[in-house]
Amino acid sequence: MRIEGKGLIDRSKPVRFQFDDIGHTAYAGDTVASALLAKGQRLMGRSFKYHRPRGVLTAGSEEPNALLTVGRGAAQEPNVRATMQEVYDGLEARSQNAWPSLKTDLMGINDLAWPFLGAGFYYKTFMWPRGFWERFYEPIIRRAAGLGGLSGQNNPDKYERAYAFCNLLVIGAGPAGLMAALVAGRAGADVILVDEDSRMGGRLNAETYEIDGMQGHAWAEAVVAELQSMDNVRLMTRTTVTGAYDQGTYAALERVNTHRRLRPDGAPLETFWRIATKRAILAAGALERPIAFENNDRPGIMTAGAVRAYLNRWGVSPGQRVAVFGNNDDAHRTATDLAAAGVEVAALIDSRPDVQVSDASFPVLAGAMVTGSTGRLGLTSVMVKTANSERQIDVDCLAMSGGWNPTVHLTCHMNGRPTWREDIASFVPTPGSVLGLVSAGACNGDFSTADCLAAGAEAAKAALKELGQKAPRASLPKADNTPYALSPLWAVPGKGRAWLDFQNDVTVKDVKQAATENFRSVEHMKRYTTQGMATDQGKNSNVAALAILADATGRGIPETGTTTFRPPYTPVSIAAMGAGAQGAGFAPQRLTTSHAISIEMGAPMIEAGLWYRPSYFPRKGETTWRQSCDREVGYVREAVGVCDVSTLGKIDIQGPGAAALLDFVYTNMFSTLKVGRVRYGLMLREDGHVMDDGTTARLGKHHFVMTTTTAAAGNVMRHLEFVHQALMPDLDVRFTSVTEQWAQFAVAGPKSRALLNELLETPVDDDNWPFMACGAVTVTVAGVAGRLFRISFSGEHAYEVAVPARYGESLFKLLVARAESMGGGAYGMEALNVLRIEKGHITHAEIHGRTTAFDIGFGRMISAKKDCIGKTMAAREGMIDPEREQLVGFKPINAKKELTAGAHVFNQRDEATRVNDQGYVTSVGFSPTLGHFIGMGFVKRGSERMGETLRIVDQMRDLETDVEICSPVFFDPEGGRTRG
Amino acid sequence: MRLTCPICGERDRREFYYQGDAVALRRPAPDAGDDPWADYVHLRDNPAGETRDLWQHDGGCGAWVVVTRNTVTHEVLATVLAEDAARARS
Amino acid sequence: MVDLVAKSPGAGVLPVTVGALTLAEVDLGHLTSIAPYVGQEEAASTALKSAHGMAFPAPNRTTGKEGARAIWFGRGMALLAGPAPDAALMTPAALTDQSDAWACVALTGEGAENALARLVPVDLRAVHFKRGHTVRSLIMHMNGSITRIGADSFLILVFRSMVGTLVHDLKQAMEGVAARG
Repeated sequence: MRIEGKGLIDRSKPVRFQFDDIGHTAYAGDTVASALLAKGQRLMGRSFKYHRPRGVLTAGSEEPNALLTVGRGAAQEPNVRATMQEVYDGLEARSQNAWPSLKTDLMGINDLAWPFLGAGFYYKTFMWPRGFWERFYEPIIRRAAGLGGLSGQNNPDKYERAYAFCNLLVIGAGPAGLMAALVAGRAGADVILVDEDSRMGGRLNAETYEIDGMQGHAWAEAVVAELQSMDNVRLMTRTTVTGAYDQGTYAALERVNTHRRLRPDGAPLETFWRIATKRAILAAGALERPIAFENNDRPGIMTAGAVRAYLNRWGVSPGQRVAVFGNNDDAHRTATDLAAAGVEVAALIDSRPDVQVSDASFPVLAGAMVTGSTGRLGLTSVMVKTANSERQIDVDCLAMSGGWNPTVHLTCHMNGRPTWREDIASFVPTPGSVLGLVSAGACNGDFSTADCLAAGAEAAKAALKELGQKAPRASLPKADNTPYALSPLWAVPGKGRAWLDFQNDVTVKDVKQAATENFRSVEHMKRYTTQGMATDQGKNSNVAALAILADATGRGIPETGTTTFRPPYTPVSIAAMGAGAQGAGFAPQRLTTSHAISIEMGAPMIEAGLWYRPSYFPRKGETTWRQSCDREVGYVREAVGVCDVSTLGKIDIQGPGAAALLDFVYTNMFSTLKVGRVRYGLMLREDGHVMDDGTTARLGKHHFVMTTTTAAAGNVMRHLEFVHQALMPDLDVRFTSVTEQWAQFAVAGPKSRALLNELLETPVDDDNWPFMACGAVTVTVAGVAGRLFRISFSGEHAYEVAVPARYGESLFKLLVARAESMGGGAYGMEALNVLRIEKGHITHAEIHGRTTAFDIGFGRMISAKKDCIGKTMAAREGMIDPEREQLVGFKPINAKKELTAGAHVFNQRDEATRVNDQGYVTSVGFSPTLGHFIGMGFVKRGSERMGETLRIVDQMRDLETDVEICSPVFFDPEGGRTRG
Repeated sequence: MRLTCPICGERDRREFYYQGDAVALRRPAPDAGDDPWADYVHLRDNPAGETRDLWQHDGGCGAWVVVTRNTVTHEVLATVLAEDAARARS
Repeated sequence: MVDLVAKSPGAGVLPVTVGALTLAEVDLGHLTSIAPYVGQEEAASTALKSAHGMAFPAPNRTTGKEGARAIWFGRGMALLAGPAPDAALMTPAALTDQSDAWACVALTGEGAENALARLVPVDLRAVHFKRGHTVRSLIMHMNGSITRIGADSFLILVFRSMVGTLVHDLKQAMEGVAARG
């Protein structure tokens, strides 16, 4: 019910929203929880396992019970806490985990079966028959238990990631955080103040304290206004710091638009921030803990602090007749505040026998405890036991308080363990747990407002000093300094089920049972009972659970220890963490200069690393890719083909030490290469396996251009940097990638020279451009200074011609048009692959990281005259063992048979099992030149087994073929065509 | 995590490529024998405490950096350019 | 003789305007990487000064002015943007023509640094990152170079082949900024 004159809501702004299809009116500033409580609706959800009716327990992000699904269709968001969801016009919220309705939930039958469903029940119950788990038990359990569901559709909401930087991050804007930000802000420090609430102030908005003679919330408002006016202070509301990481990095989730129905175009729902700071102050406050007693989970039973928050912040009394049950002085405030607001307080029940309350306008029962409750869908009464009597008190709301737990979570994210403080029966942060972070205020065990303000100011001054900034002199505002006194009470003795973890339905009994079954370690108890493993991570219940475990195992709480708090502090949607990295944002797309033309020509693209390359160029009338591929192979073998090879890595290497660097990274010699010539090079890793291969051209005495494969370009560049910087730092050589500078095209086939001579200013012939010749600026391609290399991957008379990338598209068009007029045309990756297999040229299908120079038949390329990376390790016995699998070619015995890559090789009469494995197929293609499939791969002692017939078996595709082992060079083994 | 590149200054770890133990700087002579080479290429300590490893400021200036850090406290104790570390050795 | 037609990296995808922010391609002229040889840093700087009027830039800094700028470009390297490099530079340094290797764009308008804060893991706020300051860093997944060229203006360079992705990523960020109002 609403209480006139109370609350920080805007009563002039009514808001209409729906809960379970029923319309409600609330006010701006309400949450779904406060709005429903104002309507007297206490039932808000069903529990995870037993489907128990549940109401709201808290007023903050730690809420375990009141979980909603917000929105409809693809944009629906499950497991939204009603305490965090601000109401807005048109909001649609639905309850979860109940069928057919929240009031009549048929799965409530689970609650009757509770004696069979205790801790570990599924480990014991569903063991037999063995096969039933996956097919039968698990699907049923999954359907019965659970939280909200996903829509199953693509999420249309936009999310965002962003970086922020500051010198001082203040986490939490309660009295300690506000004071810290104020002191640091006034000193001119670079501050970010973050708070998860929509309104800064923390508990000041929920209490009736005064600061400097002002209402607490008014003081907070004034401080926030001052902070807002400072250029050096950034305020972030609706933002939860979810994790603490190395070197002052913090993760934070901002709910940018979860409080609006209509969002501007492109506006994110949430933003995931990474904040880097030099210093941080944790002022995250404290979370109140419930007390375990029989049926302490009925709708209407909530924490005492939450009841005060609903009353003071939202002007709502969660009940008409309220009882308060606590073990500490703080709970008394709830009774006092309610009574002052005119709400009937049925009793203040304090477990401490010696407690006295002066001027109480309500009955005070000292040394009394609540032992049980009634009311199926909402609380109707509580059973109260005093020293000499037991009575039932009719109430519709019980405010309970077992004391407060400092919010230590972030201080534990880097493996820190909190310290037990006996006087407040709580864990507090251990100083130094997160470097650069100090805790202040309630999260550090300072529970009075005056102490919080002082601690905030102190922490700010210390941080300023460390940052080398002067702290201004400031007097502390006057505030309440009532000491906090409590005597621990975790669970009221009794027989029934007393709930600890409301979200995972864990009871005191479950924890005791775990101890009985010898799950005595807190980490084992947690996993056996699932205590603290729900989405709220046991924020309300962990400490009580381990206190009960400590008691059951006869140990103290400090010895029992806590479980590990890990990020995130509150749930973070994966969509926010991965924002921007879906679809086209997943990875950069590298497009060649011929990309648009290739698409226009109808070429399907395939990914090669980050690059997109044309697969083939279909012609009218062709129905399969093979037809296109065969035709394109024919261009190169019979006329001339054109292919964009710009994606290969190109590294410009200059300086007096250039040749020495190449000699050291390649197995073969480059210092002897003549200017104007190209040489094929093989590169090893230091462990002796092949890293990459490619050609390197010498453009000048001290100037080389290295080519790498497309896939390894980045790795090779990194490798060169490593070798230079870490192994030969004084070598006078400089290098940089020129992959992007040049558009480079292969022009291959018997008519390649004729084609090029139409474009080159100075025609080339075999004398001035023999095989493996290259030239730089001397080449003018259609009036543009370019580079020409006479190299061949196809085995034909071929060239690669390069021009600055701005001319790439134009040159490609020109080359293709000329080639077509000569009976050739463009060819794609499929044809390129067939052409290179026909010639036995390797790619990363063969040099896949486990093959040596010896395996691919290049053992002699490791020069004996010099050291090089990988040379020593490549000479190890095992690396040159003749038993190793060596590169061979495969021809099907039956020319009509298909070969497949990935198939394994077996002796003809052997069974196709692992132990009989003789090798594997790496590359295959149909050779239109030879009229049958050809393949490459590795076979044990392959070089000795030429002509042998073996069997290849592809167990994935269920294919089997007899093959002849042959040389991997199928076509023109003498190389006459290449040399022209 | 943040690392200080000796050239660029303090940067987010996502600008860096992680290589592994800084032992990679101590390349044995070609004829050093099997054991030093096996140590160099394959054997790695996994200390709980101080460790030296190589990172490349790949998303920045390209420098290879030797980072001394504590795997228990998460402290980064020192960063030096690999080229300087290499020169200091020779 | 046939003519080859030049095409700029951003042709067809730029400019883009969202709210107060505009992303447009800029023609910086010649781009040449200058990497001084061992012990030649001074000599390279002197040659650069006498030929083009600016010293070799320190890390994270640029020298020169619009039309002839030297942008620090990584370990031991600067990018001369504007004039064709003087031949005198070839002795003390390795020169490499990169005129076609980079897509060069300017992001201009109020809140430009907020858009970059969605993609770049470096503090680019004006207090720390002043006009003439530059970084080599990441733009989402891409390596790039970012220079502040004005109060609300940044010069951004990424590989030519990735310009489409740059526009995609920046457009998203610009929309995010515009939607905050």
